[in-house]
Amino acid sequence: MGAYIAKRLLAAIPVLFGLTIIVFLIMAMIPGDPATAILGSYATPENVAKLNRDLGLDKSLPEQYVIWLGNLFQGDLGRSYSLNRPVLDEVLERFSATLILAGTALVLCSVFGLLAGIVSAVRQYGWADKIITLLVLMGISTPSFFLGLLLILVFAVKLRLFPASGMYAIYGGGDLPDLFHHLTLPALTLSVVATGVVARLTRTAMLEVLRQDYIRTARAKGLPERKVICKHAFKSAFVSVVPVIGIQAGFVIGGAVYIETVFQWPGIGSMLVKAIATRDLLLVQGGVLVVAAAYVLFNLLADVVQTLIDPRLR
Amino acid sequence: MTNAAISGKGRQAGKSARPGTLSLLLNNTLATAGLIILIAVCLLALAAPVLPLLNPDVTAPANRLLPIFSAGHLLGTDHLGRDLLSRLIWGTRVSLAVGVSATIIAAVFGSVLGLVAGYAGGRTDTVIMRGIDMVMAFPYILLALAIVAVLGPGLLNALYAIALVNIPFFARNIRGITLGLSRREFVDAARLSGKSPAQILFVEILPNVLPVIVITMSTTVGWMILETAGLSFLGLGAQPPQADLGSMLGEGRKILFTAPHVSIVPGVMIFVLVMAINLLGDGVRDILDPRLRAGSLTRPVARTAVLRNPADVPAPSGDENILDVRRLRTEFQIGGTVYHAVGGVDLALRQGECLGIVGESGSGKSVTAMSIMGLVPTPPGRIAGGAAYLEGEDLFAASDRRIRDLRGGSVAYVFQDPLSTLHPLFTVGNQLEEAIRTHQPLSRAQTRQKAIELLSLVRIPNPKERLTAYPHELSGGMRQRICIAMALANDARVLIADEPTTALDVTVQSQILTLMNGLRRERNAAILFITHDFGVVSAICDRIAVMYAGRIVETGKTDDILANPQHPYTAKLIECVPVLGEPERRLDAIEGRPPVVNDLPDGCAFADRCPHAQSLCRTGDIELVAAGANRSVRCLFPVNTDPST
Repeated sequence: MGAYIAKRLLAAIPVLFGLTIIVFLIMAMIPGDPATAILGSYATPENVAKLNRDLGLDKSLPEQYVIWLGNLFQGDLGRSYSLNRPVLDEVLERFSATLILAGTALVLCSVFGLLAGIVSAVRQYGWADKIITLLVLMGISTPSFFLGLLLILVFAVKLRLFPASGMYAIYGGGDLPDLFHHLTLPALTLSVVATGVVARLTRTAMLEVLRQDYIRTARAKGLPERKVICKHAFKSAFVSVVPVIGIQAGFVIGGAVYIETVFQWPGIGSMLVKAIATRDLLLVQGGVLVVAAAYVLFNLLADVVQTLIDPRLR
Repeated sequence: MTNAAISGKGRQAGKSARPGTLSLLLNNTLATAGLIILIAVCLLALAAPVLPLLNPDVTAPANRLLPIFSAGHLLGTDHLGRDLLSRLIWGTRVSLAVGVSATIIAAVFGSVLGLVAGYAGGRTDTVIMRGIDMVMAFPYILLALAIVAVLGPGLLNALYAIALVNIPFFARNIRGITLGLSRREFVDAARLSGKSPAQILFVEILPNVLPVIVITMSTTVGWMILETAGLSFLGLGAQPPQADLGSMLGEGRKILFTAPHVSIVPGVMIFVLVMAINLLGDGVRDILDPRLRAGSLTRPVARTAVLRNPADVPAPSGDENILDVRRLRTEFQIGGTVYHAVGGVDLALRQGECLGIVGESGSGKSVTAMSIMGLVPTPPGRIAGGAAYLEGEDLFAASDRRIRDLRGGSVAYVFQDPLSTLHPLFTVGNQLEEAIRTHQPLSRAQTRQKAIELLSLVRIPNPKERLTAYPHELSGGMRQRICIAMALANDARVLIADEPTTALDVTVQSQILTLMNGLRRERNAAILFITHDFGVVSAICDRIAVMYAGRIVETGKTDDILANPQHPYTAKLIECVPVLGEPERRLDAIEGRPPVVNDLPDGCAFADRCPHAQSLCRTGDIELVAAGANRSVRCLFPVNTDPST
């Protein structure tokens, strides 16, 4: 077991290296002169030359990569031109806000998605199944940024139940209840699509499992149906849904870009959008790298959870 | 999956007639709705230049923010006084064009990568797929953002970004299919005939991969429209004055509180468009996915449905029988066809007795066994008539609660393949203790003790250590012993064993048989033993019932039947058993196939394969008639009637 986890961790290292290469190459592929791109078209030739030297852009691509990677290991992702502070500081600060939002959405989508999928499978072709199926389809088809606007209109503007934006109240906020108050709408919005995906796959997985011989064995033992569904069938279905939840982590973190913009959540998504608009490419690079690394770790976690449940994978 | 719920009836009706894909699709109400909406939206978008619309870009500050249903502006105007209806239709046109183009680009590049990787295999495959994996290691939207960051905001760049991040989906799906296809005979044939790899890929393989490409396209085009709209919403896609649905929504957002309709109009349009595409995509997938088409993803309920005529319930045949099955009929309804798997079976089992049910696969022997405790999956199965009495109690009339108590309590099952019948994710100890605790109020320690005793009873060495093992860690014989231990957990009076030795090798087989035989004598339990193997029968069964096409064709004492089988079918079956020392013996079984039980012939079901069949065999119903003591046979012209021959 421990050996397996260690093996998985080791296997994640090349993936992380691959990420650094892709992120590095994306930035290296900027059309035209990167220094000009960073500094803008009004930069003086001296400044461009200085920046090229500073960034090591006068060296070959592999050399640049090694230098960049070396800096990365020392926690140096460069300096944001628009914010005038180290990229790493800004990214980590923003990322914690995104983690709170995405983590909550992930919990919501797991709980509701699994529940809806189980109910849907157990009541196959019944009313509950039809309603859930339709809701799931609507959820998957709704643009999350539009849903966010609608929720703001209804719950923030009309009903005044939740704040429309931000992470904490400007005056007198800052505690946990305040955070949850601000978190409710964006986390719900963010979880809708993922909930739909999880519910769909749970339903299919449950239907597949319920046809297995070992379910017949459980019934032949005289187990109550509740136990057949919740213990025997669910455990198997869960094993196949866990990696899907891992993948949903990626969609949730990615989807946070929209939701953070709509709800002005001070996370990494809204930072990226601003950074792209201001062409602060080092900030974009740092943000993308951290989020992608987090995604790899999420999937690793899903792998480990799956192995913990399924002894055949060890 | 999604539409199966709604269209189940339509598909069933269509099944027997085998209609085309389009009519299947039209049978699916939701998919049809999706198709109609999609066609309507596409027509509107295409017809935008000829429709009597106002110019979408002409500003009129005097008319700004008119509400919906204003005169001359059906959907109102935006903050610059531009007509929203016109902007909506023109914007839809842009969104559709971008979404569809991105899908086509992703499909073309992804499919080519997948085809090449799957066909070339080896190093090429590894390199391509590792690259794909790397791209997929990024959260999807994030990668699109990074690409837009590099290329700069703009609709075309957003299109490229969305197409690029979708390439892996196509590449992965197509590669998997190609990999399977490239090992097939027709590809080998093409290769041997000297066709170039490119010819093989595009002439031989591509047509077979096309349905998968279409499915992947239909499931991703909705996303791509959503994602491009998302990038435009963030201001990274369409730039003014050009507008797509996303950028309209993005502009509307700034005046959300004062004029919500400016946001709602394009938002609803995106939703409707994507929903229509998803409905249609689900419908297409349901039709092209053979697994869904066969309805094989239907959930079986906890107990077989009983649909018998309450006025026609046969009485038990005698008090001395512990299990008494009378005129049992079990059917399967698949599509519009009814399969009569069991067509009126009588069985009786006394205490301590072992009755063997023998027959080829498909003869209805397992279904008979499963029917007794309601373990035949419903749907598609149902008990259509007859009765099963356990010590005089009508099992088909018992409550669900009562059946649960009897299952694993008085009547226990041992199934064929112990690897698939044990739950792979629970330890055998957990499963065994669960069987005990379901029927006996024991403490945790007592349960454990009992589990250990059971394991030693079925001769498992180191029972205590074995409790923590998972099924896959044990050998086939061990697993079947565990299953038998589970069946014995609550001192069952009837043990129903459905081919318990078929999946095991011969030496293990005889060990299990010896074990079961010994347990029967020790515990005086009755066994219903289902098998297709006369060798196994002779080792354990007191009596035999031979089944063919859902009915018993011969029954009697094991020795009598083995010595002189009277039904030609029984005789043929016994001939098939290999005998040690007679290698030249014919083992090629019985010519022909068993009849399909949805369309049984008149008269004897075996007549078509029977060497002794006469014209009388093909008319009327042939009764099971007594043929000596404890012996009956369903044949007009039985063989071996004279015991001296």
